[in-house]
Amino acid sequence: MKIALPLDEDRLSVCPVLARAPYFLFSAGGEESIEENPAAQAQGGAGMQAAQFLVDRGVTVLITPRCGENAAEVFKAAGMEIFKSANKAAADDLAAYMEGKLEALNHFHGGFHGIR
Amino acid sequence: MKIACLSGKGGAGKTFAAVNLAAVAGECCYVDCDVEEPNGRLFLKPEGLETLPVSSLLPGFDPGLCTGCKKCVDFCRFHALVYVKGKPMVFSEVCHSCGGCYLVCPTGAVREEPRTIGMLELGRHGDVSVITGVLDPGEASGIPLIREAVKRAKGLSILDCPPGSACPVMESAMDADYCLLVAEPTAFGLHNFKMVYELASLLGKECGVLINKQDAPYGPLEDFCREAGLPILERIPFDREAAECIAAGEIAAEKLPRYRELFTRLLEKIGGGL
Ligand code: SF4
Ligand code: SF4
Repeated sequence: MKIALPLDEDRLSVCPVLARAPYFLFSAGGEESIEENPAAQAQGGAGMQAAQFLVDRGVTVLITPRCGENAAEVFKAAGMEIFKSANKAAADDLAAYMEGKLEALNHFHGGFHGIR
Repeated sequence: MKIACLSGKGGAGKTFAAVNLAAVAGECCYVDCDVEEPNGRLFLKPEGLETLPVSSLLPGFDPGLCTGCKKCVDFCRFHALVYVKGKPMVFSEVCHSCGGCYLVCPTGAVREEPRTIGMLELGRHGDVSVITGVLDPGEASGIPLIREAVKRAKGLSILDCPPGSACPVMESAMDADYCLLVAEPTAFGLHNFKMVYELASLLGKECGVLINKQDAPYGPLEDFCREAGLPILERIPFDREAAECIAAGEIAAEKLPRYRELFTRLLEKIGGGL
């Protein structure tokens, strides 16, 4: 199992957006690591690029405050589970997930493609 | 000659102008490029309808041939592709059908498959040949449909463009010889009007203005047109009878002589001749 969470600039709090979060926190087998999100500065299609990044990292569980429809479709195809973030600090979300306290995220927002 | 009817915002009277121009123009084509909400046909009520499906190409991927190199994913500048579980996934509403992924794939795993995105509806209203683009609900880009619709415009043609000043408007007006800008004399109308004027001048089109629903001249709009050297061709006052025509799905120029005269004059000023 590999868990991912979008991280804010301070590298501690959960970032309210997924696609353009500056960092991702990964947690696997008790080891945590932080990586820059390559899609953070993307001009367009950040959602798809961030989704590709998380799929490539082999993420199986995603914890996030929100997620777009298209990205959700990618995650579903990749067999990833998505949970709704309920805490400010990423560490608290991780702990809550381990205790089975997070709910599945099942509301996904529409995309904002290009200039439309 | 192709005359594009444009307005920066919906509700300014663009379809009203386009339909009435077509109605006084004799033998002509009316092309509804507002493919998301085509409503010229509500007034022109075309008869002898024929429909033609319009499709655009969408890539399909053969997992047996795909090696997972992700060249296609990296190439797609619209980010319509994501590589998941042994092959790329395509997001049809993001894909622009550019064919690039098909070209860059080293193993021939990409096929281009036609996918229906809407239809053209062809019919007649007296002398007017009515061409309507109708986009299927849920499709994000009507560009291929607009292209097909405009291609069928022959002779004197009135192009009823989508509202706003984004890509679909550009596509609709690109082949026009003249842009008729329909303006509403309000502050909000003026803002959108300036944007659509900018687009028309970017395309290098000759432009003229039709002011609709005018109570009294609106200073800032008059000043803007004067400074830009934009001719104001006609002014349509607020008018109960015209509004009643619209509400009843009728064409003012066919019911009210003063509108037949106004639109005939307008067409002459544009140079569409009679
Ligand atoms: S370029 Fe071809 S082989 Fe490479 S990932 Fe795309 S479809 Fe597969
Ligand atoms: S056809 Fe063009 S836009 Fe569509 S997926 Fe392929 S590269 Fe991207």
